Order: sequence, then C-alpha cells, then structure tokens
Amino acid sequence: MDILRADAVVVGSGWAGSILSKELREAGLSVIMLERGPDRSTAVEGAYPDSIDELRGAIRHRLYQDLSQTTVTIRNRMDQRALPYRSLGAFLPGEGVGGAGLHWSGVHFRVAPDDLALRSNVIARYGRKFVPEGMHLQDYGVTYEELEPFFDKAEKVFGTSGEPYRINGKIVGKGNVFSPSRSDAFPLPALKDVYTAYLFRGAAERVGYHPYSLPAANASGPYTNPYGAQMGPCNFCGYCSGYDCYMYSKASPNVNIQPALRQDAGFRLISRAHVLRVDLDSAKKHARGVTYLDLDTQREVKVEAALVILGAFQFHNVHLMLLSGIGRPYDAAKNEGVVGRNFVYQTITTSHAWMPQDRFTNQFIGTGGGGVAIDDFNSMNFDHGPHGFIGGSPVWVNQAGVKPIAASSFGGGKDAPRWGKGFKRAFADTYRHAFAIDAHGSNMAYRDAYLDLDPTWKDAYGQPLLRMTYDWHDNDIRMNRYVVSRIEPIMKELGATKYELGMLQPGQSFDTRVYKTTHLGGGAVMGDDPTTSALNRYLQSWDVPNVFVIGSNAFPQGMGYNPTGMVAALAYWAAHQIRTTYLKAPGPLVPS
Amino acid sequence: MGGLEGWRQAIAAETDGPYTPRFFTPEEWRFIEAACECLFPRDEVGPGARDLAVPRFIDRQMDTPWGRGALWYMMAPFEAGPPNLGYQLPLAPRDLYRTGIAGAERYCVKAHGKSFADLDTDTQVAVLTSFEKNPIDLDEGLPASLFFEQLLANTLEGAFSDPLYGGNRHLEGWVMLGFPGARADFMDWVDQYGPAYPLGSVAINGETAKGA
Repeated sequence: MDILRADAVVVGSGWAGSILSKELREAGLSVIMLERGPDRSTAVEGAYPDSIDELRGAIRHRLYQDLSQTTVTIRNRMDQRALPYRSLGAFLPGEGVGGAGLHWSGVHFRVAPDDLALRSNVIARYGRKFVPEGMHLQDYGVTYEELEPFFDKAEKVFGTSGEPYRINGKIVGKGNVFSPSRSDAFPLPALKDVYTAYLFRGAAERVGYHPYSLPAANASGPYTNPYGAQMGPCNFCGYCSGYDCYMYSKASPNVNIQPALRQDAGFRLISRAHVLRVDLDSAKKHARGVTYLDLDTQREVKVEAALVILGAFQFHNVHLMLLSGIGRPYDAAKNEGVVGRNFVYQTITTSHAWMPQDRFTNQFIGTGGGGVAIDDFNSMNFDHGPHGFIGGSPVWVNQAGVKPIAASSFGGGKDAPRWGKGFKRAFADTYRHAFAIDAHGSNMAYRDAYLDLDPTWKDAYGQPLLRMTYDWHDNDIRMNRYVVSRIEPIMKELGATKYELGMLQPGQSFDTRVYKTTHLGGGAVMGDDPTTSALNRYLQSWDVPNVFVIGSNAFPQGMGYNPTGMVAALAYWAAHQIRTTYLKAPGPLVPS
Repeated sequence: MGGLEGWRQAIAAETDGPYTPRFFTPEEWRFIEAACECLFPRDEVGPGARDLAVPRFIDRQMDTPWGRGALWYMMAPFEAGPPNLGYQLPLAPRDLYRTGIAGAERYCVKAHGKSFADLDTDTQVAVLTSFEKNPIDLDEGLPASLFFEQLLANTLEGAFSDPLYGGNRHLEGWVMLGFPGARADFMDWVDQYGPAYPLGSVAINGETAKGA
C-alpha cells in the first residue's frame, strides 16, 4: 500500500478544512488535504456565460454530492425501515474542492449569544419544567466573548458586507439591535436593498419590528482579504446558491483561501481521494492517520499524520467517526453514547406575496446573502413564556435570484393550477410580481433524532451508509407557526394584492423530496460533558485527542441563523487552541 | 445578410429543422408530443410545448447522465416505502419514461379505446388529471402520479431552460415570463423600485429574443 506522510491530514476542502489547513500551515505544519470530489475553480465551473445555466446548476446539481456513489438512508421514526435518499431533494451537500462552501448562498451570520448557552438560559428564565421530555437541550460550552475575535477574523477573510449596530459597546449604525457588540465594523458596507427587501424593510418598521441588512459574504465592493485574495463587487446576477460565482463576489474556500494554500509548498491538495476511515491504535485512543481510496487508480493509500482534522460536511464527519470507531456511538434505546446524538436541522417555511401588475419585483435580480431580516422572533429575543416552546426564527426577504424552472414549480400560488392553460396564465401574470418571505428557524435536539450506520444499504466502496432518524417535533412546529403568524402584519403593510403564509402543519412528517435547507447540524456535538457531547469545547474528540472534528456537526441544536459563519468562527477558535496550546503538548485540551 | 439577423437565421436553421427522436420510438414520441402540449398548451398567453420544442428537450435528456440514472443512488435492494421518503424504484428516468408511456397507453386504450395522442383535448386533460390525482398503477409498480410528476417537471424544464438543451426555442418561454436569461448583470437595476426590467432575453449561445 502507498503511504504518504504529513504533520497533519485534513479531510474535506470546504470552509472548515480550508481554514484549518491555512492555520496549520501558518503554524509550520506540513498539511495534506483530501477531497473526494474533483478539483474545482471559477475559471471552469464559474465561467460566464456557461455557468448562467439553471438546468445544469441548480436543477441537475452540477456542484452537489454524487449520490450514485454514496448517500444516506432516512426514516422518520425508530420503528420504521430507513430507505435510501436516492435523488437529491430536501438537502444538497457539496462535492469537489470548496465543498458546500462553493455552492452556498453567502448569508454570513455570527451567533445569537443566548443560543450558545440555550439550556442554561431557558432554565434560568422559565425553569426546568419548560424543557419538554425527550428534548436534549444543551450548551455549547463556549461564549460569544470567547468567539468574537474569530467571528471578526472570519468576516475579514470572507469579505463580508453588513451594517453594524454596536462596536465595542457603542451604538454606531442601523444594524441588528439584537446583535451583540463587535470589535470592528464589517469589512464592507451592506449590499443595496433590492425592491422586495426595501418593501419588507419599510413594512417591518411600520409594524414596529427592527429590520436590518443581512450580513452577506457577497462583496458590496472590491475587496482584498488578509490572505491577498481578491473579490469583485457583486452585480446581483442571481446565480449564487448552486453555482460558482463568476464575478468572484461570493466568498468561497476556492476564492478566499485556496489561492494562498496552493502557492505553499508545505500544502498538498489531493482530490478524488475518498477517505474510508481514520486509522486508530488498538485501544482507539490515538489516530495514526487516515486511509483513502484513490478514485482514479482504485488503490487504497494511507496518510500517516500526528494530527487528524475532520473537516468534511456535517454528516460525513459523523459517518467517518462511526466507521472508524472514534467515540461511543449513540444508542437511542438506552439514551447512551454520543456519536450520532443530537442530529438537528432547521425549520424553514416560505410565505409569498404578490404585488400589483404595475409593480415589478423582477425577482431574477438578487444576491445569495443579501436582503433584509428581523430578529424580533429569533433566539430568546421575545418572551417564550406564554407560548411554551423553545427556539425562534429570523424572518427575511433574501431574494437570491428566482429563476424560471424553480419558480414554475410554484407558479401562481397554492390555489393556482399546476399545469395547462390556467397554469400558464397564472405563472405569466405573477413571475415578475411575486416575492418570498422566509421564517428560517431553529430546531431542537431530541432523543429520537439521531445518526447511526444503516444495517442494509452500502456505498460504492462497500461501507454501510449513514442512517438518519429524523422527524419534526411539536415544539418546533409550534415555534414555526407562531413566528409565521407574526409575518402577517408585515404582509398587510406591503401593498400586496395577495399573500399566502407558509407554515409547518401539526403532525407533519419530514419529507425528503422537497428542498428545505442544507443546514444540517449536530451528530458530533461540542460541550462540557463527555456523556452528552462527542467533542470538547475546542472541537477535539474526547476519546481520540489527536482528532478534531470541525463543522456544524458541533452544534448541539439547530439555530435560527445560517450556520456557515458559526462554522468558520469555530474553525478559527479550534485552530487557535491547536496553535497556542495543543501543539506544545499534544493531548486532551480539557480533562474528561 | 449579416449582423444580428444573420446570426438569428443561422441559429434558426439548426433549431427549426425537423427533429428525429433518438431515444423515443415513433409511438412513444406521439405520446410525448401530445402529453407535453396538454401540460403546456399553445394559447393566448404564449407558445405551447411543441412550439418550444419541449419534446426534443426531453428526448435529449434521456441520453444524459441524469437520464441514465447515473446521478441517482441505484443500488439494491429496492423497497417500497411512504412517499415522503422519496423515490425507491429501480427505474432510471429513461426507464421510467419507457414503462410509464407503455402503461399510460394501455390505460387510454382500455378506458377510451384510443391512443393518448388520438384523444380529444378534454379527454387528454381528464386522463392526465387522473394520473396526477388518483391512485393508478401503470406498470411494474410504477404509480401514475410518479410518472406524471416526472413528465410535468421535465416539460417545465424544457419550456424554461437555456435553449442549449433543445427546448425553449428562440427563448420564447422566457419571453412569455419576462425572464432576461443569461444577462446576469443587474448592477444598475438593483435599486430601481417598481418598473419592469427593460432588456430582453439572451441565451448562452448569444441568441437574443425577437424584439430584444
């Protein structure tokens, strides 16, 4: 077998893997990065005008995971048989260099500080009985103040556009009044409001809510980041989510970090390298490196390394831990074990409004991270006492460029015909006058929502697929319905001719066929207690201390915000601890 | 003859000529043409599926990695489950079409004594409506609703994707909606609040819509 050696091996080339690789190179470690998909660059996948192609991009999934080789199985309940996720639907993981960081939209949040200690905060405010039976409500074990320098660093690397509210405790702008204090402004000013965002901002203000510009990793002007990577101003072309940005305006690992890494002789990227397992010693306390399958030669290759970083997509990280024997697998029946525990998602529903025929929303204009949001019903920004649920949702207009194939499946609204003459009339009359308002909310963790290995189906390499056991729970459905009900006053202020509220229905099951969001989380969460978390507060495995697992897998519950900003901050936070403490004396950073 | 008009004519010569399907048999092709037109009929709003060459789009899609099922997880075992857990049949899209059309034709002959393409428009609409809404099994355990949804999705793709793929002929699907296609540059239009975007549709190959 071929053997390669490096100081550190990094699995995955998305944001998490790219940030860790850059940080470890700055610390002087030699790094091998493994990516199972192909190499990707804007010169190829982003080239204009070929990339301005809805069919190839968002519909036929140009940049997404190749399910023909490996997928997951899904069931709603523990007593059901899970079935393979055979074609992409509810969520769209990436594949190839840049991972999901290449095809993401660009919404770049920090975190609502209350969410980091949600269990403690809920219990302090509402008492222990407020937490329903079967909910695994947990704290992250890290505070906003500890993470702030790393949020700041990530924004500077991403070239994030936004409007601050408070810097060093002083109110400085019209940003989100609920957002915590910052140490510095955003690197770039907020993007302009498109028409629908402007309408939403005005309506929300009149209702008494607190609208703010979404923080966006889509550059509002030219920008050069600390690694020397350059971004051009976003022109609102509308091809962000599902596409490689041809304008070099949307931050991606490929544009913002990889150019610096690729010039560095101590870094080596190997694409089409499918990692099969982390190789552990017999006691399963130390990792020797990883074994991957070279997809071109079909030969297995070992990479020996003193430090192993799992930086693949959320559930791939958990899958690799389960396949490798890192940490104790979660057993839902006994409610013991940690790997696979607290698998979470988000609750996202879309409401629609239609403007009169002489007002054009031109919804093909847009940018993936831009828009206007309110946080009045997110996190703990409102009184949950009368409602009896935990969690919340930001609400926003995030017009990312609505193209006709995607729009055609919705047409003229819930009651409009789906095909035939009636469909054509309704679609032609509404396409340029419609817009959407999303409630993009939290999702709590539950005893019966988890990840483990499927007993039946295998991937193309003979390994068991990951199995998801997941359904909506009453707490989250009620949260979604409450927040969406608070959109209605905005709808009435828009000057719309018609609107429809979209909300989860009581008792509704998770449907894998229809896109919701790719914001999956948990399964290998961080925390202070090794009996309820797979990772310590530095995202280090409690069980195998030379393995760090970076990603949204670390979130104990699904937050209302988009996850990428938090993933990037956690990546820099973990990297800082590795650089300043771990490398001097490799071992557990927190005693277990 | 030169400039824009010459370019238009060169494109027209290629896209307006007769088309011989590569995947569908002549009998299947009659079904596809009639069913697509029924889903997306020519009317006062705009062109129909035949005008837009939607059947040609679908025929070409059958010979892509997607049509051959190469983008899907197609490993056994195949087991039935609740609809919300997604597609579980062993049929790649092209096989789904072959099986679906055969089953649909048998259904039409049995219920109405004729092939789908020979039914009057109202009956065609009634047949597709039952496929959409009623629990009908076509063949090899293929629910009619599943075949219907695939056909509808591909018809809409054919009407609204870039003409590169054989449908949306002369960008007329986009013109009907007012979608500008591959322009992808709205820097000076972001904060113009209310008026219609003024520029016409353009395709990846540079074809522009008439009047654009």
